[in-house]
Amino acid sequence: METLFFAFISLVAIVSAILVVGCRNPINSALALVMTFFCLATYYVMLDAPFMAAVQVMVYAGAIMVLIVFTIMLLNIRVNASKIATHKLVLGSAIGFFTLLNTIVIILKSRAALPNGPYSSTVIKQVGHTELIGREMFTNFLLPFEITSILLLVAIVGAVILAKKKI
Amino acid sequence: MENLNGYLIISAILFSIGTVGVLVRKNAIVIFMCIEMMLNAVNLTFVALSRHLGNLDGQVFVFFIMTVAAAEAAVGLALMIAFYNNKESIDVDDMNLMKW
Repeated sequence: METLFFAFISLVAIVSAILVVGCRNPINSALALVMTFFCLATYYVMLDAPFMAAVQVMVYAGAIMVLIVFTIMLLNIRVNASKIATHKLVLGSAIGFFTLLNTIVIILKSRAALPNGPYSSTVIKQVGHTELIGREMFTNFLLPFEITSILLLVAIVGAVILAKKKI
Repeated sequence: MENLNGYLIISAILFSIGTVGVLVRKNAIVIFMCIEMMLNAVNLTFVALSRHLGNLDGQVFVFFIMTVAAAEAAVGLALMIAFYNNKESIDVDDMNLMKW
């Protein structure tokens, strides 16, 4: 049952990912991308990471996609339906295909290390995923967490300066 | 967890589709969305391996990747709006000011 569900979600994810690349209208691409993000959130739930799924839906499918759709609507680009606006189609597809081939060969030949960490499925279900992530983030990863705030501040200032006509 | 390879292969497929999109499309916003998709594919690898190893460091990394993606979205879309105000287009072929 779970395998069947996994296959179904994979199908939806791959089809919507192809639609992101293939759609001529950027709005349709954006909607397909939202679908891909929801599929990834489903994967996170299946991987016992419900907090990551919630963050995925809120940050990606919510905030970032709203920003992108807002920009598309704001620019209001006229879609040139007659001509296909692409670069070298064959070369790009070939590079993508070889990337895929290479990665799959590496995945199938390699072996991940044995599961030996402390956070097994039962521990996550007992303590709660959010609490474990929070503990990890505010103890071992406290300094990167603080640096993240500086990154966001720089991004806000940069966006404002870029969007202003005259500083 | 028995299905680790399935997740990794899905992640590889999404990453490759994103690569094709970045290389093939001309619309800067679509290229941007493809980059977001590649970042998400990497996130899936992180979460799957973190779950497989029973170690939460990978999921904290995913958190930081999401932060970087949000910052990138803010700055990138502001750049596109600034570019559109100058050139009335967001084709990447028109972005050739620094080309020699």
